[in-house]
Amino acid sequence: MAKVIVVTSGKGGVGKTTTSASVATGLAKRGHKTVVIDFDVGLRNLDLIMGCERRVVYDFINVIQGEANLKQSLIRDKRLANLDILPASQTRDKDALSLDAVGKVLDELRTTHDYIICDSPAGIESGAITALYYADEALVVTNPEVSSVRDSDRILGILSSKSKRAEDGGEPIKEHLLITRYNPTRVKIGEMLSIEDIQDLLGINLVGVVPESESVLQASNAGVPVIHDDTSVSGMAYHDIVGRILGEDLAMRFLEPEKRGFLKRLFGT
Amino acid sequence: MTILDYFLKRRKKSAVVAKERLQIILARENAEKGSPDYLPALKKDILKVVEKYVAVDYSQIQVNVENDGDLEILELSISIPELQEKKQAVRQ
Repeated sequence: MAKVIVVTSGKGGVGKTTTSASVATGLAKRGHKTVVIDFDVGLRNLDLIMGCERRVVYDFINVIQGEANLKQSLIRDKRLANLDILPASQTRDKDALSLDAVGKVLDELRTTHDYIICDSPAGIESGAITALYYADEALVVTNPEVSSVRDSDRILGILSSKSKRAEDGGEPIKEHLLITRYNPTRVKIGEMLSIEDIQDLLGINLVGVVPESESVLQASNAGVPVIHDDTSVSGMAYHDIVGRILGEDLAMRFLEPEKRGFLKRLFGT
Repeated sequence: MTILDYFLKRRKKSAVVAKERLQIILARENAEKGSPDYLPALKKDILKVVEKYVAVDYSQIQVNVENDGDLEILELSISIPELQEKKQAVRQ
């Protein structure tokens, strides 16, 4: 049974697309046939993060309006044969995605893929609601910062009231807290909300913590999802997150300030 | 305050301030979430009526809906500047 997972946050710039790209890549690496869909119509970026921007021919809106079929629009990842990308349209209007039409596309993808990752746009308008409407699970991406925590709380309210599962009165969407840009050193000196603080405030299960790291920018510069970088803490953190989504019981890592050796302290970096 | 006081007094960490502010605002926003949609409009209409007789401000009207078993209670409270305590309860 295919699973639809929405990556959402309310606030922009917290790491939704980075997370969508890495989680989708991680699931495909583990052998699951996965598709990642960009719901940010007009501001598409997933193609850049996945490094396939020059191979976009048709997009999500073309499929919905019958100008192309799904097979023509899916872009096969250049590294993983069981990973597809469905880009958003760069030119069309946000309201071009109707709920019914999106539902039909997702139903078709459910028959061919194991995991469908929906990369939501920021905000709480129709685009964000369309992205989360059909979700079975949600990754709520949150930064340890007041406005992001408040917006995540809003999104949790919307997940439990405006999604299909909420409207049908079925089992609620499984919500996971995913903290990004975490800086253990600043948490230790009381300058940043801790994981416990955020969990207290939002009251949902933690699926993982991605520490603030230079490798995320380097990965986006290169168009290679950061999970491919096995040497970076961010890459390893996303590997753990994928494991936990698949039901593995893994201890949290990288929550303590990095111990700097004598030489490192002496010479910096 | 002496200089010594300044050094001895430990200032509240900003993360603690952030958490306290969030606890308050999230509690308030979540309380509003469960209430019926018509409450703001109801408040405005009541204000119009009351204003005919006394000068009150929108912020001085409080409307709450509480659940008491299978009974839903609509509580309405208006503070009138001169007579500070005047309370009405309308039962539905």
